[in-house]
Amino acid sequence: MKRINGMSLFCAAVLLCMTAATSLAQSYKVAVSQIVEHPALDATRQGLLDGLKAKGYEEGKNLKFIYQTAQGNPAIAVQIAKQFVGEKPNVLVGIATPTAQALAASTRSIPVIFTAVTDPFGAKLVKNLAHPEGNVTGLSDLSPVVQHVELMQEIVPELRTIGVVFNPGEANAVALVDLLKKTAMSKGIQVVEASALKSADVQGAARIIASKVQVIYAPTDNTVASAIDALVGVANQVKIPVVGGSTSFVKNGAVASLGFDYYQVGVQTAEYVEAVLKGTPVSELPVKFARGSDLFLNQKVAKRLGITFPDAMLKRATNLK
Amino acid sequence: MSLFAFLGTLEIGLIYGLVALGVYLTFRILDFPDLTVDGSFPMGGAVAATAIVAGINPWVATILATFSGAFCGLVTAFLAVRCGILHLLASILTMIAAFSVNIRIMGRPNIALLGEPTIFSPFESLGFDPLHVHLGVIFILVVCSSLFVIRLLSSDFGLGLRATGVNSQMVAAQGGNIGLFTYFGLALSNGLVAFSGALFAQSNSFADVTSGVGTIVVGLAAVILGQTLLSGTRIWVAVSAVILGSILYRLSVAFALSSGMFGLQASDLNLITAVLVALALVIPKMKNTVQCKMMSGRLPDSD
Repeated sequence: MKRINGMSLFCAAVLLCMTAATSLAQSYKVAVSQIVEHPALDATRQGLLDGLKAKGYEEGKNLKFIYQTAQGNPAIAVQIAKQFVGEKPNVLVGIATPTAQALAASTRSIPVIFTAVTDPFGAKLVKNLAHPEGNVTGLSDLSPVVQHVELMQEIVPELRTIGVVFNPGEANAVALVDLLKKTAMSKGIQVVEASALKSADVQGAARIIASKVQVIYAPTDNTVASAIDALVGVANQVKIPVVGGSTSFVKNGAVASLGFDYYQVGVQTAEYVEAVLKGTPVSELPVKFARGSDLFLNQKVAKRLGITFPDAMLKRATNLK
Repeated sequence: MSLFAFLGTLEIGLIYGLVALGVYLTFRILDFPDLTVDGSFPMGGAVAATAIVAGINPWVATILATFSGAFCGLVTAFLAVRCGILHLLASILTMIAAFSVNIRIMGRPNIALLGEPTIFSPFESLGFDPLHVHLGVIFILVVCSSLFVIRLLSSDFGLGLRATGVNSQMVAAQGGNIGLFTYFGLALSNGLVAFSGALFAQSNSFADVTSGVGTIVVGLAAVILGQTLLSGTRIWVAVSAVILGSILYRLSVAFALSSGMFGLQASDLNLITAVLVALALVIPKMKNTVQCKMMSGRLPDSD
């Protein structure tokens, strides 16, 4: 009797140890650093969290999800990076350019996955987009600017002038506006720029160009994204449409948008985070460009502005409001 | 807090210690509220990064960066002394102008230095841990800068500089040139700040035009925090105090960053930092008042 007891006790102990060991081995730590909180980047983070959950990594169960925002201050982003590296997570995720750079500069061993970075090559995050050499890879959210210009031409026939409000202090936005100018020039369209250094400047900038242009393009610029309502408000006053680089802008009153839902960008980022957690070396994960070009149309606003969408466009739309 | 995070915090604290030193020179010594630093800090990074990418030796790039900051200071001094614009406004004008100039210098808002040579790379290539190299080099540079400032303020010229802030009329009456002292003080202060910006860019592998936001707030907080905790009229005490203040400020941020367990969310960071700094300022005073009360409470007993 005593012996059996001892045996069962031993078995129980072994079982306990095993379960403890497996639960320990399955606990992952993912640290996310985000430059600033605004709807598009927040949606990216939520998408990442939900994407990981769908793959069986649930916060609180087998996943520790650490999150910090630098509140727009690169020096804080650097401090967050140091703090995160010290906590030795399995994967570091940098949302937007400066946070990704701060993480990449702080460690050469922990894998860094960036997301919502428009120009990862220009930001020197990777030397080779197809074969990242270091510990850094991720997702670029380069907007399909060429398609955006075509979209604007569809909405405003005989398009001659495009207005754009952007923050010249933001690397992402500058890359997009350069691309916009190049594309527009090849089609003989003039681009009128207005710069907004802070979200509080967006309204004023929009006012300056609103009466001079036929359509306003809202790029995926963090400053513009924070004040998209102000931009749309001004455009509504002079009855010109706003075409957005991010589909989330349509909710705020942009007439149309072709792009990706930032939530989906987050979900796609989760795929790379999972791959790294499963042990795939970073060098085998080429830099991806976010896919899923969704066309969002806002019929309510279009009606108010007297715009009728062509049937072909309505058919293409993935979301109608 | 992990050792890595602590050393990283120390590194940023030391880098911003140079900003605090610059702010100390203008606010405390010259009595000139100078917001130019919000522009000269990123300018230091911009010039250093642009020069390094163009193939210039990192040390030369850092010196160029320091001079660019000094130039910003001279512009502010010119606007204030020559054009008679109010101190605060003169510095704000330079600050906002610097934003545009910085983008012009870099040609874009952000230059990455990952993989480029920096002042740290010769030591890193010897096989030392990058974190230790950064900390060591920055510590030596901060100590040298502090010694330079202490030496300068102790000289006859420094005496004139200090007197300008205390009683400029007296300096003028003694035949001193207040304008000269203002030009020099602002150039030195902003030179130090740009030097700090150059170190920040090289240590963190990127120069970003937005990195200047709030530099003055951090600098002022460091000066006041340091001087409250380590008060003294001697110059070397004051200089050590502002550097210490900068490190303490960064430690507050680091602590705020690790306060997630108390149910606080990431966006509470600025609030927590502010509360911690306020506490650091108030607690020593409270200790004094408590001691005073206890002393006065005892007095009747002894009667």
